[in-house]
Amino acid sequence: MTEVRFTVNGTAQCVEVEPRLTLADMLREECGLTGTHLGCEHGVCGACTVLMDGLPVRSCLVFGVQAEGAEIRTVEGLAAADGTLNVLQRAFQAQHGLQCGFCTPGFLMLATWLLEQKEGVDEARLREVLASNLCRCTGYQNILAAVRVAAQEIRVWREG
Amino acid sequence: MRSFQYSRPSSLTAAAGEMGGLLAQDPDAPAAYLAGGTTLLDLMKLDVARPERVIDLSALRGELGHVHPGATELRLGAFARMAEVAAHPGVIADYPVIAQSLALAASAQLRNMASLGGNVLQRTRCSYFRDPSWAACNKRTPGSGCAALGGVNRAHAVLGTSEHCIATYPGDFAQALLALDATLVLAGPQGSRTLPFGSLHQLPAATPHRETTLLPGELITEFVIPARAWTRRSLYLKVRDRESYEFAVASAAVALDLDGDVVREARIALGGVATIPWRAHGAEDALRGLTLTETLAWTAAENAFAAARPQTHNAFKIDLGQAALMRALLQAASLEIRP
Ligand SMILES: Cc1cc2nc3c(=O)[nH]c(=O)nc-3n(C[C@H](O)[C@H](O)[C@H](O)COP(=O)(O)OP(=O)(O)OC[C@H]3O[C@@H](n4cnc5c(N)ncnc54)[C@H](O)[C@@H]3O)c2cc1C
Ligand code: SF4
Ligand code: FES
Ligand code: FES
Repeated sequence: MTEVRFTVNGTAQCVEVEPRLTLADMLREECGLTGTHLGCEHGVCGACTVLMDGLPVRSCLVFGVQAEGAEIRTVEGLAAADGTLNVLQRAFQAQHGLQCGFCTPGFLMLATWLLEQKEGVDEARLREVLASNLCRCTGYQNILAAVRVAAQEIRVWREG
Repeated sequence: MRSFQYSRPSSLTAAAGEMGGLLAQDPDAPAAYLAGGTTLLDLMKLDVARPERVIDLSALRGELGHVHPGATELRLGAFARMAEVAAHPGVIADYPVIAQSLALAASAQLRNMASLGGNVLQRTRCSYFRDPSWAACNKRTPGSGCAALGGVNRAHAVLGTSEHCIATYPGDFAQALLALDATLVLAGPQGSRTLPFGSLHQLPAATPHRETTLLPGELITEFVIPARAWTRRSLYLKVRDRESYEFAVASAAVALDLDGDVVREARIALGGVATIPWRAHGAEDALRGLTLTETLAWTAAENAFAAARPQTHNAFKIDLGQAALMRALLQAASLEIRP
């Protein structure tokens, strides 16, 4: 067993895990944060996307022990403490950016990172980045629309 | 996944020392280095890689994570993230084929985790190799045969194959390194040395399980890419089954030095079609000293695939690879290069 110290959504964590446990399983099983979903488990679908030191990674292809000292952000950290959804989550709801919702945590975390980029977002960048994740329900258009609307609302959208 | 012992040495010396110690006790010690983990962890889940000891090199990102584009050469630490190098303005401007080959690879999340060293050492995506329920795979189990030869081989190679293995080298960055005559800096239990990048990967021949010329326990620490007359007029063209986030079906890294329309020097490396990153020397020779026209580009492309040997399902890669190379050459020729 190996001890891992890290933070999740700002809260310090210290867990003892087998080195073979993935970051996704560590978050779900050791921290009880089951919002991070596992689809393919082989780095293909992006459902397991979390932010590690500010960057989106596929938590199914990261060992928990690799998160030593890292700041992790998961979908549980997006809404306010009283459950009020944030701008991006509201946009997903309003634009019908989810159907079964399985892929949603991964898309939300990927888009969270995209919206925090200092250069802003345009249509080409939006499509390039969101192409990283798979959704078997929506046909993607409503997911693109949700992130576009959120970007406009927080004024990081660039026309053209 | 099988259990393993884990360690995270704090420096290059400590990592090489640890591996050296294990190999001294047992030259076949089942130990593996871990960089970003996006290849290794995947293969461990599939039970294709079975290390009993994993040496995590995360701590080396500080020491060997640099991106230094200079006037005479570009130096890249082996633990730099793919995403960082792809987005570096100095690399985009002066070593475009390097930036493009990385930007067009994998997905945003993978590029954030994956290192340059791990990228060039990624394993083939041959589906028989990746699935141990297929008994026959010479790369996974030497001497067992090759399930792809009589199987589904649309994704397999047409260049550099042998009767023992036809698996495609899947990466993109390696073609850029090969085209630009990169050098590797290596360190290991036996000390340090440099190696031309073109000498890293080995043809499958009769030993497909031996993929590189790295010595036991040896680490890639740095990539050195010289700035030459053709470096800025370079690009990476990648053809995929869908527009984004796929491995190459065929790709070409090209770099040209032009005198007007006349080719002074050309550098060409092909991906998606060969068992190793594939330098097309014959095609380069066919271009040198001549005016670059569509006809000449086509002659060079034909030359590049003259030795191609198609399998049941992948003959289309010859046409596609030729078309990709021709387009890459003409696009490179039309680039506006600022003085
Ligand atoms: C879904 C998916 C899609 C992908 N698409 C593409 C694509 O389109 N193009 C592309 O090029 N790649 C693609 N990849 C592959 C990906 O880019 C590689 O997995 C990644 O670059 C490997 O880097 P890493 O640091 O994670 O390596 P690791 O998994 O940590 O290491 C890989 C291997 O190299 C060894 N190693 C690592 N670093 C060193 C070093 N410095 N010295 C010596 N040995 C070392 C390790 O022991 C291991 O055997 C894809 C991967 C996935 C999962
Ligand atoms: S092509 Fe190579 S990797 Fe694929 S099954 Fe044959 S021997 Fe194995
Ligand atoms: S579960 Fe991680 S990428 Fe699919
Ligand atoms: S909403 Fe069902 S997979 Fe995306």
